Formats: sequence, structure tokens, C-alpha cells
Amino acid sequence: MTVAPTHTGRTRHWPIVGEPPYEGSHIPTRVPTILDVPEDLRDSDDLFQINFGPNHPSTHGVLRLIVDLHGEEVVGLSAVIGYLHTGFEKTMEHKTWWKCVTYPERIDYVGYQNNELVFVLAVERLLELEVPEKATWMRMLLCELNRIHSHLVFLGTSALELGAISMFWYCFREREQILDLMELVTGQRMHTRYFQVGGLAEDIPQGFYPECRKFVEWMPHALDDYLALLDRNQIWLERTKGVGPLSAADAIALGQTGPNLRASGVDWDLRREQPYLAYDQVDFQVPVYPEGDVYARYRVRLDEMAESTKIVRQCLDRLDRMEGQPWIADDRKVVLPPREELHTSMESLIHHFKIVTEGFRVPAGEIYVAIESPRGESGCYVVSDGGPKPWRVHFRAPSLVALEATPTCTHDALVADLIAIVGSLDAVMGDTDR
Amino acid sequence: MKLEEIPGFVSQREAADMPTVVVETARIREACEYARDRLGFDMCVDVVATDYLGWAHQGVSGYVGTASGRDINFPMTQGLQTLPEPKTKRFSLSYHLLALTHGAPRLRLQCWLDDDEPVPSVVSVWPTCDWHEREQFDLMGIRFEGHPNLVRLIMDDDWEGHPLRKDYPLGGEPVRFSDAE
Repeated sequence: MTVAPTHTGRTRHWPIVGEPPYEGSHIPTRVPTILDVPEDLRDSDDLFQINFGPNHPSTHGVLRLIVDLHGEEVVGLSAVIGYLHTGFEKTMEHKTWWKCVTYPERIDYVGYQNNELVFVLAVERLLELEVPEKATWMRMLLCELNRIHSHLVFLGTSALELGAISMFWYCFREREQILDLMELVTGQRMHTRYFQVGGLAEDIPQGFYPECRKFVEWMPHALDDYLALLDRNQIWLERTKGVGPLSAADAIALGQTGPNLRASGVDWDLRREQPYLAYDQVDFQVPVYPEGDVYARYRVRLDEMAESTKIVRQCLDRLDRMEGQPWIADDRKVVLPPREELHTSMESLIHHFKIVTEGFRVPAGEIYVAIESPRGESGCYVVSDGGPKPWRVHFRAPSLVALEATPTCTHDALVADLIAIVGSLDAVMGDTDR
Repeated sequence: MKLEEIPGFVSQREAADMPTVVVETARIREACEYARDRLGFDMCVDVVATDYLGWAHQGVSGYVGTASGRDINFPMTQGLQTLPEPKTKRFSLSYHLLALTHGAPRLRLQCWLDDDEPVPSVVSVWPTCDWHEREQFDLMGIRFEGHPNLVRLIMDDDWEGHPLRKDYPLGGEPVRFSDAE
């Protein structure tokens, strides 16, 4: 077989259409990610090919969609990605392990804290490093805050695209509170680099708990606001209900995870099925909606924000009792020594110097670690050869997989629905392209 | 779960994250079908290739002498403390499978390839592998035989080379649309 086609766009010579993978599937038959124009329309003069993006305001970044329109109906669709490719995986092969921590959070720049977590967890698994309890609970708290943040961005922008501009302001009002909390703890609003291999970079500052409690008390009221604004809004309901359906079987075949899978009626959440951190010690529900349409995807995320708020509250209750406990593992071969020790201890100075200049070594091996990020299963595959730099890092990007479902969801959709569908899949282009 | 009965079974090892089964490259599609239909792994979450060119060639740390004396540019203490096990072929290709049942059982199917060795595509088994395989073709240059649309996914259509390969040059690439091209 020769592999040298010269363009990624849709082909103009129509291929033979195959059999659907199973009865009732809406997955396109020739290529699962390209919706081909039906045969009876191919010679029609009314066929109109239009280019969405890469700089279209409603594509959440730099996604390019090549759409065939028949009137207002979308009859053909293919996605072109890669406009935000940054080569993170390659770059990380040339950085020491502890410098790599800054990269994952920039891959999925909306779910940054979760992406940072998955890389740190992978390295810790290879090192077989124990993390103090306080760090585990604080990681969980920040990841849940980050989940709320990510869903707020989703809700605000997708409502904005459907014309509900006030939703955007309300969502970003709460998002701002979360970013302020992040800044209070880590010194950065986004891309915090607060998780270190072994625990946290710094102790939790005084004053964080009361501020975070204020937010946790406020958030349920905000969610009530969103529901009042959207859920009885006739325009919103008509634009979302029954639009972009994705059946459970199609969602599984297309590898969908996270909110998109739960909105198709599959009761699946890695936090519950494969508990990492301390998710087995907190109480939360997994919202599932069977419809599989845009409305279900929005409701799953809205309900998840309420559940995340509950988890944050439980984390705060636990952390309150951990005052004065260590926040990072006491392993001098991996973890930087406390700053003040550098002035008094030669050993600490040497360890500090070795870690900063050379980095720590990670035992040879390969590992795949997956967590439930705001977008679904975020996985990190890491190979180490025993040296101070990773041999290979690969991220399983939930956004890439979510976008694969676009043509299946767009079956029988109108061009205006396309905006709602792409928004509801909640892909972050940084995550898709890496 | 009898992993030895997977078609093309070569070897098995218990890794820290999930059981890993190495299968014959030419029979990876059969193995995937078997895993999906008989072992209940309904979802393929990821396909990832790793380039092992130069694996374990870095040398063990310590004094590094050359014919003309000490090489000050050699990465010295950045060498390895022990050499990792050599690999049989250049590329590994891992399929991470997931069963949507309680406990989230996972399985890694792995096959090994030389440069330019084709591997059967599994898009007909899991449609989600479409973009995963295109990505590995694009960045790593793995040829998936039977893929319905094996074109570059992330890099430009006319890009030369596969950037995630270990022998891909770092820096010094031509600046596009400049006079120096």
C-alpha cells in the first residue's frame, strides 16, 4: 500500500460506501470521521461547500470544518485539526522530569489542573512514591475547582454561541472567583504548576479555607441562577433538545468518555469506577442522561458542577483537620529540600543542586495513567529509560476523541445546529492538537 | 481471563498499570477483535507508538574518556545508572483497551515493528482508532494497512518527515514562506 495522498480535506471523487458497523449506527460508513454527501445529492447544483474556521468565533479555538450544505441542511462534514500543534510531546522528551510538569497544563488549557495531575501521577507511579494525605486531598480539591471552572467556560461560551450573552457574564463571574482562589493558593490564575512530583509545591496558605468556603456556599445559588436563566428558556430548549443525538453504542464505538458519554446514557465515571486520589472516600453522584443530545450534555455538566461543589466541601472538611501536616513527600532524591535548609546543611545543598541541574532519575518502564478530567478520560503514557528525562510522553486527549464524534452527531442537522453540537462536545483545541 | 488465547499471542507481563500482552504484528486486528468480542474490552482509549531508536545507547554515567582526552561536551553524569533492557525492534505500538465494567479493567496490546513495517489497521474494530492511527502515522510514521483515510492529521499535508521519531532533526528546519527557503 502506498501512503501518499496529498491533502487532508475531503475527497471530491466519491468513494464506495460500506456497511454500517452495526444496526442503527449513525457512524459514517466509509471513514468514521467524515460525513459523505449522500449519493442522490452529489450531482445537485444546490450543494454548497463552506469552510468553517479555523478562525470562526464559534469553533472554540482553531478548528476547521469543511461543510457541505444542501440548503440549510448539513449533508457532508469533515474536520481539519492541527492548527494549534505545539509539539509538547516532543519538547517534553528534552526536558528533565521536574521541568516537564509545566507542559501538561498548557495542553488542555481549560482543564489545566487535571492535566497536571495525570502527568504527576504517572511519574509518581513509576517512582513508586508515596504522597502525603494532605497533598492528596488538596489535589482533589483543586481538581474539582478546576472541573467547575472548565464547565463554566463550556456553559458560558456555548450559551453565548446560541445567543444567550448574559449566561456568559454570569458564568465568568463565578469563574473569576475560582481563578482568584487559584491565585491565592498558587500565585497563578491558570497554569499553576502547583502539583509537584511527591506532593504540592508549597503549603496551603492561610486564609484559603475561609475564602474557599465562601465560594462553596455561593456556588449552589449560582447554579440556581443558571438553571433559571436557561432551563425554562424556550429558545434554549428548542436549540438544544433533540439536536445532535449520539446513541450509547455509537458513543462507545467512537471512544467517547466523560460528560459526552454520560449524556448518552452510559453510567461511567473513572472517579467512581477506578478511584484515584481519595475519590473513594468522598460522597458524590454521577449524573447520567439518556437522551444523548446537546441538552443532555449541558445538563450533565450543570449537574456535575453541583457534585464537584459537594466534593470541594468534603475536601475542605478534611483539610481543616490536617493543619501542620507535610504537604510533600520526604524523599530527597526527588523532592527539593526546604529552602531554609540550604543555608545550614551541605547535604541539602547537594541534593538541591543535583535536582536542579540534572533532574531526578525515574526507573525504567512504561506506564499509562488515566483520570477523569472535565472532558473525559485524560490519559498519560510515559516511557522512561532510567534517565533524568522522559523517553516518550504521550497524552490521551479527550478533546481529540470528542471531535471524532462530530460527523455522527451532525447526521440530519441544520447548519445552525452545527454550532450547538461542536460547542456541546466541549473540545479544547490545545488538547486536540497538542 | 485467559490472555494466552489471544490470537497471535507472543508473551505476557504484569506491568504496574495493566496486564500487557505482546502479539504478532500481522495479527493485531484479530487480537483486537478477540479482546472486544470475547474479553469484553468495549473501548479502545488510545493508540500510541514509541520510537526506541538509540534506546540504551546513552551509556552509563561516570568518567567518559575519548581518544583525545576527556570530552567536556559529553553529558557525563546525565548518563544512566544501569542500562535498560534492549528492545527487539525499533517501534512499539500499544493499544490501551478499557472494559466499561466495575473496576475499569484495562489491557495493553502491544506489537513491535521495524522501520517501514506495516501494521493492520483496527478502524473496523473500533471507529475511534481512525484519528489515533492517523496521528501515529503523522507523527511517528507508522503505516496502518487498510486504514480508510491514512493522511496526516496534525502536521501540514506536505510536511516531510515524522517529528516524534528520534532521528528527526531538532531545530534548523527551514522557515516557511521566507526568502531563505
